[in-house]
Amino acid sequence: MPIISASGLARTFTARTGPVHAVRSVDLTVMPGEIVGLLGPNGAGKTTTLRMLTTLLAPTGGAATVAGCDLAADPAGVRGKCGYVAQSGGVDPQVTVREELVTQGRLYRLSKADAIARTAELAGQLGLGGLLDRRTAALSGGQRRRLDIAMGLTHRPAVLFLDEPTTGLDPGSREDLWALVRGLRDDFGTTVVLTTHYLDEADALADRLVVVDGGRVVAEGAPAALKTEHTGSPDASLHDTFLAITGRAPAAADTAPLAV
Amino acid sequence: MLLHDTSLIFGRYVRQTLRSRFQILFGILMPLLYLLFFGPLLTGLPLGSTGDSWQVLVPGLLLQLSLFGASFAGFSIIIEKSTGVVERMRVTPVSRLALLLGRVLRDTLLFTFQAVLLVLAALVMGLRAPLPGVLIGFAFVGLLTVSLASLSYALAMKVRTPQEFGPVVNSLTMPSMLLSGLMLPMTLGPVWLDVLSHFTPFRYLVDAVRDAYTGRYATAHMLYGVLVALAFALLAVTAGTRVFRRAGA
Ligand SMILES: Nc1ncnc2c1ncn2[C@@H]1O[C@H](COP(=O)(O)OP(=O)(O)O)[C@@H](O)[C@H]1O
Ligand SMILES: [Mg+2]
Repeated sequence: MPIISASGLARTFTARTGPVHAVRSVDLTVMPGEIVGLLGPNGAGKTTTLRMLTTLLAPTGGAATVAGCDLAADPAGVRGKCGYVAQSGGVDPQVTVREELVTQGRLYRLSKADAIARTAELAGQLGLGGLLDRRTAALSGGQRRRLDIAMGLTHRPAVLFLDEPTTGLDPGSREDLWALVRGLRDDFGTTVVLTTHYLDEADALADRLVVVDGGRVVAEGAPAALKTEHTGSPDASLHDTFLAITGRAPAAADTAPLAV
Repeated sequence: MLLHDTSLIFGRYVRQTLRSRFQILFGILMPLLYLLFFGPLLTGLPLGSTGDSWQVLVPGLLLQLSLFGASFAGFSIIIEKSTGVVERMRVTPVSRLALLLGRVLRDTLLFTFQAVLLVLAALVMGLRAPLPGVLIGFAFVGLLTVSLASLSYALAMKVRTPQEFGPVVNSLTMPSMLLSGLMLPMTLGPVWLDVLSHFTPFRYLVDAVRDAYTGRYATAHMLYGVLVALAFALLAVTAGTRVFRRAGA
């Protein structure tokens, strides 16, 4: 039984300049315990896809089930079972780490005592132990990101969605984060869907890649299989594979503003 | 659940306000400045209505305080959109109505505090009004704050930048204030202005509160005031909740 299945998921925005087809048609099947990477250049529709799958944005076409709940019929069910970490995170710079984590637990309907206990547990698990009484503004990039992820894990979700989890992090912090995501799957069986435009990240972390371009899925498979299929060699770089799939080079490290 | 969620969101934003010394200081200063700089201009003017000038002026100032304070409430959520806090909350199972009400009730609490301060200062300066009337006045302006803050959040969720938000709010609040008779009773002006002002909800509220301040509770003004205040609040809260449910941008 797939834990996520989406078919024909689409979203068109109405902008002043006319309609924007952010996601044209995405089919996606994810099995429990998989780490799936949505790979694609900026503007491919990765964030929009995640926002639909997490109930933040109503699709203008298609349907999906997440963790056994239908996106359209039972959005509250989906919210209770998935965690979402946006690219921009989601903590108030003026609030302390502890207050954010406890409030988040309570928003997920934990009792006060449970929310406090869960905060301590997450702080230990994500290396935030000594930082609980700091304002989130005073955290380093890597610490901030770990807090963002802790916020998404408060309710022990079956599925965790991560949008560009390592954008802007230094190499050391990126590898720490990769280890953390693998640990979530290995220790808790969490299904992880993450977006990235970093090829090394997709290569190192994902069991399976879904390559998105122009709002559509253009290729799909395990990294090695994709390489063989599109370049004829399992040793090809993902960069060459990407070039073969989309006909252009993936975006370089970007300085694009965060999605609002 | 609604109660649990609302008190959670309310608590978060009350703590936010308490953290901000500037907001508290400004909150205290605002009503006092209104009274100090505006009150002396009007005391003793023949305002052509029942009651002395304080009984006409203070209800107007209360509504004005609500109009300008609550209309800009949405400002804070534009910042929270950019830090991702709004989406982070919307992705939890928390009630959509609570996301709005928790914030709006914080604004209403802050406003009530200012309103009480303003009335106390007015008492010192010479206001005389019956206690039940004053309390009824608080209820009216409190409800108005709920309505205006809800609409303000709804608008703020729709716009992308503070630069878009400010001018829109200003262009709505300025004419509302001028038309409402907040400053001076509309009956002093020409008929067309008086008629036009009945197209804003504020006119009905200010008339009702002025009646309350002169101890007249069973008047047509009072009836219309209650009806308009409740209808406006229902409309505004529904619109605001809708935006939290389906926020697109
Ligand atoms: N709220 C919105 N209104 C209008 N256009 C949008 C909105 N959100 C995203 N888009 C557009 O949709 C396309 C896909 O965006 P996005 O999903 O953020 O891509 P990615 O995450 O892959 O970089 C882009 O062209 C973007 O400008
Ligand atoms: Mg994106």
